[in-house]
Amino acid sequence: MSALAGGFTDAPVEAARAFRGIMEAMARPGRIEMVAGAVPPAPLSPAAGAVLLTLCDPETPLHLAGETDCSPVRDWVTFHCGAPLVAAEAAAFALGDWAALQPVSRFAIGTPDYPDRSATLIVEMPELLAEGAVLRGPGIADTAALNLPEIEAFQANRRLFPLGFDVLFTSGNRVAALPRSTEVG
Amino acid sequence: MYVAVKGGERAIEAAHAWLAEERRGDVEVQELSVAQIREQMSLAVARVMAEGSLYDPDLAALAIKQARGDLIEAIFLMRAYRTTLPRFGASRPVETGDMACDRRISATFKDLPGGQVLGPTFDYTHRLLDFKLAAEGGAEPAPRAEPAPEAVPHVMGFLNQEGLIETEASSDAAPPDLTREPLELPADRPLRLQALARGDEGFLLGLAYSTQRGYGRNHAFVGELRLGTCAVEMDIPELGFAIEIGEVELTECETVNQFTGSKTEPPQFTRGYGLVFGRAERKAISMALVDRALRAEELGEDLSGAPAQDTEFVLAHADNIQATGFLEHIKLPHYVDFQAELELVRKLRAGVTREAAE
Amino acid sequence: MTSAPDTKEENSARKRWLAILAKTPHARLLALTEGLSAPHEVLRAPEIGAVMVRGRAGGTGAAFNLGEMTVTRCSVRLAEGPVGHGYVQGRSKEAALRAALVDGMMQTAVSSQLEAEVLKPLAAEAAARVRDRAEKAAATKVDFFTLVRGEA
Repeated sequence: MSALAGGFTDAPVEAARAFRGIMEAMARPGRIEMVAGAVPPAPLSPAAGAVLLTLCDPETPLHLAGETDCSPVRDWVTFHCGAPLVAAEAAAFALGDWAALQPVSRFAIGTPDYPDRSATLIVEMPELLAEGAVLRGPGIADTAALNLPEIEAFQANRRLFPLGFDVLFTSGNRVAALPRSTEVG
Repeated sequence: MYVAVKGGERAIEAAHAWLAEERRGDVEVQELSVAQIREQMSLAVARVMAEGSLYDPDLAALAIKQARGDLIEAIFLMRAYRTTLPRFGASRPVETGDMACDRRISATFKDLPGGQVLGPTFDYTHRLLDFKLAAEGGAEPAPRAEPAPEAVPHVMGFLNQEGLIETEASSDAAPPDLTREPLELPADRPLRLQALARGDEGFLLGLAYSTQRGYGRNHAFVGELRLGTCAVEMDIPELGFAIEIGEVELTECETVNQFTGSKTEPPQFTRGYGLVFGRAERKAISMALVDRALRAEELGEDLSGAPAQDTEFVLAHADNIQATGFLEHIKLPHYVDFQAELELVRKLRAGVTREAAE
Repeated sequence: MTSAPDTKEENSARKRWLAILAKTPHARLLALTEGLSAPHEVLRAPEIGAVMVRGRAGGTGAAFNLGEMTVTRCSVRLAEGPVGHGYVQGRSKEAALRAALVDGMMQTAVSSQLEAEVLKPLAAEAAARVRDRAEKAAATKVDFFTLVRGEA
């Protein structure tokens, strides 16, 4: 029954803090923020758990990719978030490591009238470091750096702007973001 | 020219304080409790729940108290509160056929299983002011009778058996939700019904009346009007089955309307439908008439250009919170906009005066 | 969920008591379960939220969203094992917690005592409320009698 444990113990406060962390990360692409309070089942990182608890509910269809699609995770998500589990094409959020999420062209990129009807990918990473790919664009004063799993996919996604998916990277209790508006070089 | 101004904070604070005092009224008169409003102003509570789109009698009563009895202001308070709630999910569609009916009448069939049950209705009162109530007299206990064990099926079922009325195609598909996605046209019937269920009673009453007077006439009979309590059932993922999570009072109206048939359909009766939180039969009947009028296009009827048949017109103007928000905002400062208008009119006048002089 | 597969019968018993708990006025539930407790941990803290109530076009047709209702829910795990879920109509964190405890304890050895002291009286009171309205409604049922039958 571990599926029922590991939610926020003080949901209003912890969810507000996690939301703040995620918002800061999204507003300042590449910046690494802490998000805590969740104890999800393996293989999820605490950060990915906190992101799910904060952003997902019965109205945000979730796609579990690769190893995350296991019964402890499915049960935990169902109890704590209530998010319906769906195929990649129908997802508002998708969770997995970068390899498991391929091909990312499956995910919703929004429509010209409603660019917000797009997917947010939660990419589990072995580690998060402020080095590697160079990031430019809104929310970045000069340049930022992040150890992205690859470059090309994010450059292609940037070319779709204002359509495209947004990405959160999680590792341990850390989160960083790459919104569709960021140029990757 | 753009001038930013700031100020009025002290005036606003004083206005709030005076508002609170005016709300309380004469302190020599006993204060109203929320429970008193809930129990004794129950039809106002019902309207605030229906148009506030949130079933919670205590909250609606509080909103009415806070709004000093201004029901649209109270509905605004309910709408604002509901946006703060996490949504646990959606219920299974309520089974109105299983309703515990306080009232159930049909204007089309005299003798029907379950009978004509009047319930606590205003219909046969004389509309004379009752000065006994001014003396705060208690009510006599209502008479009682042995309830009949028979079921109270929907009247429409009888017409269905003969094939004289269109059948509703049952569907459990997740309906669109205009509290989550902006209204888009064309709007299908589930979306229209949601908009009408939370729409302004006065607006729907006026539109429904216009169809009776000939603007998009479709000649409605009240096939059935029922009012009572229904259980609300929801699937609970962690349990793996559905449970009842509460019960709601509902008013339901089904109309039978003439339809002469079309190229593809033989002559038969068609239906209009109204379903509203609480006791709200004027609203439920109005909703059913407007629902039917909005079906003109899908039924292949001649569109007469009547307002009640115009989906965009009806849906865009039915919501009293949207309407009052836009209407009332024009009393707030528009100094800059007006300054521009003023200069334009002065310029035009100057031009006219010059021409006249030449 | 991966909880032990309940039989249909166990489900229907549990559905019955969860429905009673959900519909009982909060003050009554709190009064009747005062002092009721069992060692437990809170799995999901009491939370006030909304459920979208759906109807059907024409009473039998396509589902549509009618409006929301307030609901409070809570989940606990008793020290002796069972998990209790409480869903109550309206806004009361205390009532949701108490309902979750009752649901959990109904899966333990004290179930027959709880059934007799809490659920049975609550079910009887609910039935009496329904009966009360049904009797008054029955008194307003129309008995038609024919005055004159017009025949040409």
